[in-house]
Amino acid sequence: MNNRNYALGLGAMLLLAGCASERVVLLPSADGYRSAVVVRDATGELLLDKPYAAASRRVGSNSAYQATPEEVQQRFGAALAAQPMRPNSYILYFEPGGNVLTPESQAVLARMQQEIVERAAAEVMVIGHTDRVGSEQGNDALSKKRAEAVRNLLIDAGVAAEKLEAVGRGERDPLVATEDEVDEPKNRRVEINLR
Amino acid sequence: MIKTHHLAACALLASLLSFPVLADESAGMIKNSKGQVSIERDGKKMVGVVGTPVLVADRIRTGSDSAVGVTLRDNTLLSTGPNSLIVIEKFVFDSSTQDGKMSIGIRKGTLSVATGKIAKRTPESVDFHTPTSVLGVRGTEFVIEVGAGNDE
Repeated sequence: MNNRNYALGLGAMLLLAGCASERVVLLPSADGYRSAVVVRDATGELLLDKPYAAASRRVGSNSAYQATPEEVQQRFGAALAAQPMRPNSYILYFEPGGNVLTPESQAVLARMQQEIVERAAAEVMVIGHTDRVGSEQGNDALSKKRAEAVRNLLIDAGVAAEKLEAVGRGERDPLVATEDEVDEPKNRRVEINLR
Repeated sequence: MIKTHHLAACALLASLLSFPVLADESAGMIKNSKGQVSIERDGKKMVGVVGTPVLVADRIRTGSDSAVGVTLRDNTLLSTGPNSLIVIEKFVFDSSTQDGKMSIGIRKGTLSVATGKIAKRTPESVDFHTPTSVLGVRGTEFVIEVGAGNDE
């Protein structure tokens, strides 16, 4: 290959490299947990496991590089700006054995109602939990009853019923691990996820 | 275990192939919408505004100077920039057990992702894919760009 052809060939390769057709960039996670993405194609895989680690696809294969916050902003600013508001959780606690909220939780309920109004197209998932007093079946029913009680409170407060989903998880998912039959107030709760 | 998963995946695939009606399962909702945003469903095209439900098999498209943000039922956040096309190829989430699986395709444009409850519990049941590559995730936020992408 003579020099001129070589220069042309190199130029063409640089041009191809310049119009990378695909790109993946790992971002720092909002909750601070370690995170990673594995990018696989027909020829192999790349692990991205540090903030701004990136894969760029040129001429048929993925290669790793380190992106910068500036590059991410320039290429992905519009997509990132459209990201929906982060989901948020509230926890409401109950007096023992029934579906009456503690006084503190009644105040939390009021704050939560405000957030439902402020969110764009808010959806609400109400998840009931119990302590370990009583049978599993009884607690399934009680957790569902608590979730539905909160769902009804929210409907009474003007939240549209179709935004609300109520589920009961019984004693399966305690906030504080206990022996069976322990009356643990922190486990008698309803978790509300707003998204 | 792996065998069971494989069988389950095959069974799911078979059921998806034979019953395209399953496609009207709810996956999420549009929370942000700017400019021209459309949802293509069963060959029809509708305007995507804040509050529009997103179903399994929907294709979400943005025009120039447009953007859209969607929250899926497991709290996954998806948002795209202009001239983008994404497809909700698979989404299953049981809010009681918190089991589920999802597969999202980006055909062109830019997509930002913050993964949700399914990725936290069973990261192996979540994938995102471009025309050439598949991304596996582990509790993650990331962005994807597909340049000279596929318009279908």
